Amino acid sequence: MFSFQQLAQQTHAWLQQHTGSFTVLVECAIVAVFAITLFAVLGLVLVLLERKVAAHIQIRVGPNRVGPAGLLQTVADTLKLLMKEGLVPNLADKFLFNLAPFIVMMVAMLLLAPVAFARGIQIWDINIGVLYISAISSISVIGILMAGWSSNNKYAMLGAMRSGAQIVSYELSAGFSVLCIVVLSGSLRISDIIAAQENGWWIFKGHIPVLISFVIFIIAVTAETNRAPFDLAEAESELTAGFHTEYSGMRFALFFLAEYINIFIVCAIGATLFFGGWMPLHIAHWEGFNHVMDYIPSSVWFMGKTFALILLIMWFRWTFPRLRVDQLLTLEWKYLLPIGLFNLLLVAIIAIMGWHF
Amino acid sequence: MYSETTIVTAETSQQPLQEGQLVINVGPQHPATHGVLHLVITLEGETIIKIEPHLGYIHRSIEKMSESLTYRQFIYVTSRMDYLSAHINNLACAMCVEKGMLLEVPERAQVIRVIMSELTRIASHELWIGAMAMDLGAFTPFFYTFRERETINDIMEQTCGARLTMNYMVPGGVMYDLHPEFVARVKSFVVQFKSKVSELEDLVTDNIIFRNRTVGVGVLSKADAISYGCTGPVARASGVDGDIRKRFPYSGYEKLQFEQCIDTAGDSFARYIVRIREMYQSIHIIEQLIDAIPEGDFQAKTKAVIKLPKGEFYTRVETARGELGVYIVSEGGTTPYRIKYRSPGFSNLSALNHMASGSKIGDLMATMGTLDLVIPDIDR
Repeated sequence: MFSFQQLAQQTHAWLQQHTGSFTVLVECAIVAVFAITLFAVLGLVLVLLERKVAAHIQIRVGPNRVGPAGLLQTVADTLKLLMKEGLVPNLADKFLFNLAPFIVMMVAMLLLAPVAFARGIQIWDINIGVLYISAISSISVIGILMAGWSSNNKYAMLGAMRSGAQIVSYELSAGFSVLCIVVLSGSLRISDIIAAQENGWWIFKGHIPVLISFVIFIIAVTAETNRAPFDLAEAESELTAGFHTEYSGMRFALFFLAEYINIFIVCAIGATLFFGGWMPLHIAHWEGFNHVMDYIPSSVWFMGKTFALILLIMWFRWTFPRLRVDQLLTLEWKYLLPIGLFNLLLVAIIAIMGWHF
Repeated sequence: MYSETTIVTAETSQQPLQEGQLVINVGPQHPATHGVLHLVITLEGETIIKIEPHLGYIHRSIEKMSESLTYRQFIYVTSRMDYLSAHINNLACAMCVEKGMLLEVPERAQVIRVIMSELTRIASHELWIGAMAMDLGAFTPFFYTFRERETINDIMEQTCGARLTMNYMVPGGVMYDLHPEFVARVKSFVVQFKSKVSELEDLVTDNIIFRNRTVGVGVLSKADAISYGCTGPVARASGVDGDIRKRFPYSGYEKLQFEQCIDTAGDSFARYIVRIREMYQSIHIIEQLIDAIPEGDFQAKTKAVIKLPKGEFYTRVETARGELGVYIVSEGGTTPYRIKYRSPGFSNLSALNHMASGSKIGDLMATMGTLDLVIPDIDR
């Protein structure tokens, strides 16, 4: 059967033969090209998807003029943003103002590294994969704070401060729910976590505690990516556009793109931890069924699960009103965090006693 | 350090800023003010210390303009005041002129006026629900409420020829007779409204986040509502039974069965619920009248040039936002000597500082949203 691992090995061997000691550099360049392409494509697809989902929920048609069924709408939008003048406010801190979108973007790119897209497709199978994701994803708050501070705009400042409080708080809950899976799998490495789900996904194997940690995870990552109902950092009816009020043109587009890439990444991580990533749906002892499921390519499994979660998060956005800033923090510190801690204890007991399937 | 306008407004505010306070300008161009309202807000962190509304960005001097327009003409300008209840504004002016002329309006015209007023009220409340949900960060209800509002606008367009500024009420009755399809379309709207409003209630009323954002937010006590001169749903949500349709019935409201929707909580959620209940009451009124529109003239016979006797005339009606008063001083000529409108939005806005001080910015949007401000109505 065709496998990406084989392809990678063959390419590696071929490169070693032809480029010698520069192999690693060439491979890095290839990966970078793939990553940036994936970035652009994902951005375009997700923005269009969001607009179509919103239109469907809001009894309207959505973009349908550019290209067949509006498929090229986001391409046109990107071109427009590229050609737009990127204004920098007169009294802004110009260095930080220009740097901020790139920090947010860089974080999103770094997060792609440990994501396993299919069997054998993973840029960097680092042994502290989950820890790496938690650590890197909290850097994006620096970019947002920087954007808010350097814009020299009070709305931007308020938005950035909200975002700071929000991301720092919800990191904890997301961390605890991820830890549940780490406790069950016994490893931080993404490939080990996926391998542990060969006879069933954790969401099914881990009883109710894992279900609870999944719900907490979804709430926490929705908040971490500044998505409605937790979009207080942008909150257009309160703070016009929040931290990116003063951004225009391509700098704004970078924030916008980073938001969608972050959604993809958190959903990919959610799919990996709770739904087995690229692992097909396996049920222990059902050999025939498992065999049939294996025929569906692993990349389809991964993308299917990820996009299901993305649609869930988009559904939230177009249904719920926004929380108030104190309610947001109350929800985290008074409800999600204690529940998450207790849940982790339950999961630890399950793991020690071996009660999971 | 900050922009020029900020420095100016910070200086104009009465008290000097304390350490850690900052002044932000919400408006005149802001998504939540629904128009060109300018609020200068003093903040301490996220907490509001003081709100100072600045008006005048859309002042068109309608009252002054009306002094050089005849009694037939000045009514049409009022469609542009509270553009969401154009019918009711026109009705108030037409009634004031009729009062001066001592003119009896035919039965049919009165019934048409009430039906149109109630349709306008529903359309206005529908738009308000969508806009308020948007202020709270939910986009979707806007599209659902606009679907119903669109149906009403279509009905209006068919009979009046316009969708927003109808100019349908004239002294002595209404301008044209009803469109032949009017009754059937209104009946089908009633059916549509009753089946679709539950969707909206599922989406908004029972939403836990919506309740958390509105219950206990922006509380206005009954005493404050009276002393600030609040009217309409804002006052009724605070327990003031001041519905003009009940207190000072006009145009045949005294013959109709409907409830005055009163809540006592006085918070944003009470104002929301009062408006939702009002829509049901409006539907109830329409149902009573739609099968019993009397035959006859739709307009009383009037002279081409209307002259009012020397004197002062005042009428009031209940618009979707509250009490609209029209005060005409006549010197006996063909144009009014002086006109003054008592608009509901102005008094309701005046309570905003009292209601929202000490709360968070997010609460300000919930409070301001439920006041249902229409800025051209405040500025005129």
